[in-house]
Amino acid sequence: MTLPAPEELRTALEQLLPGVSLSVDGSALIVQDKDLLTVCRCLKSSDRFGMEYVANLTAVDYPTEQLIVMVYHLYSMAKKHGPITLKVKLPRANPVVGSLTPLWRGAEFQEREVYDLFGVKFDGHPDLRRILLWDEFQGHPMRKDYVVEDQNVLERSSASASGGSEGIASPRHEGQP
Amino acid sequence: MAIDQGLQSELQKEGVYVTTWDRLVNWGRGNSIWPLQFGLACCAIEMIATAASRYDIARFGSEVFRASPRQADLMIVAGTVTKKMAPQVVRLYNQMAEPKYVISMGACATSGGPFHKGYNVLKGVDRVIPVDVYIPGCPPTPQALLEGLMKLQERIKRRSMAHEVGERQDEYLVPTLGDSGLVPRYNPSVWQPPAGPGLEWTATVPPKTET
Repeated sequence: MTLPAPEELRTALEQLLPGVSLSVDGSALIVQDKDLLTVCRCLKSSDRFGMEYVANLTAVDYPTEQLIVMVYHLYSMAKKHGPITLKVKLPRANPVVGSLTPLWRGAEFQEREVYDLFGVKFDGHPDLRRILLWDEFQGHPMRKDYVVEDQNVLERSSASASGGSEGIASPRHEGQP
Repeated sequence: MAIDQGLQSELQKEGVYVTTWDRLVNWGRGNSIWPLQFGLACCAIEMIATAASRYDIARFGSEVFRASPRQADLMIVAGTVTKKMAPQVVRLYNQMAEPKYVISMGACATSGGPFHKGYNVLKGVDRVIPVDVYIPGCPPTPQALLEGLMKLQERIKRRSMAHEVGERQDEYLVPTLGDSGLVPRYNPSVWQPPAGPGLEWTATVPPKTET
């Protein structure tokens, strides 16, 4: 069983879910952030779609449009169809979207990764922490305006702040500045 | 100390062997380099292949991969050193017993490789610990790793015990994780940044004491 084309999918979903308005962008459906959970719950539970597997969950940064776009790829293992691509446009200044973890447990780590690298906050996520970078890290490095530190510059202030560095310098290379 | 070659061969015919203490010790050290068993990325797969029967690192006396730094002589940094991993690498190096050696295997360990402009990778393990041999490649073949091991053996055989007596055996600075990377970003007593802008490839590595 194959999935309907994006336009038919949109009409079908809008008939099933009154009050939800969708739009089509290529092969993807653009969903409003307030409707995301409703749409996903319908796609997961309805007999026709049965999308029980969220294969991919990521974000794209569009600094010129001041947008962060969430991208979801849903599949059905039982019906052997997919993907359905959902996109949610979020304001770049304060991106907040509902968490899909209550629906699909597999979304938990992927949402944590998006939170870590893009700074998107997920409402209803049970354990929203950084997953790849350490807790003290500042900023979100996958955002296009993230400035990478210059590893060739030794931060003297923080080096002296780490305190008492005598006796830990290398023994073999004394005399180096 | 030089021994007359003719006299030496005459003595050998009588079953008398003459050598120097340095040569004897270096022969032992150079032919029993036990590596520390850890890999960081895909280079480790090539390292495993080097240890397996086809390439057989045992021919060089290095087949004993030790799971404890206390029993290892050589750290093969096989793979990408992320900022998150760097403190552990330095700590493992500190825990190794002297004499200890480091091989930087592959582009990532040497310079950051394809991740050179990334936010999460150390641009070369030589910024935090001293490196004896660099092996280029992405990843280097087992032959290249064996070549690096042989270069290290040559290095060991040039050393002299007399010079090692005076060396202080202090620990190297273990970096901590700060708000954008390592603190400090490199160990200035091991590595110095290049002299001017646009000279990323001319970083000065202070030379090790050679005999």
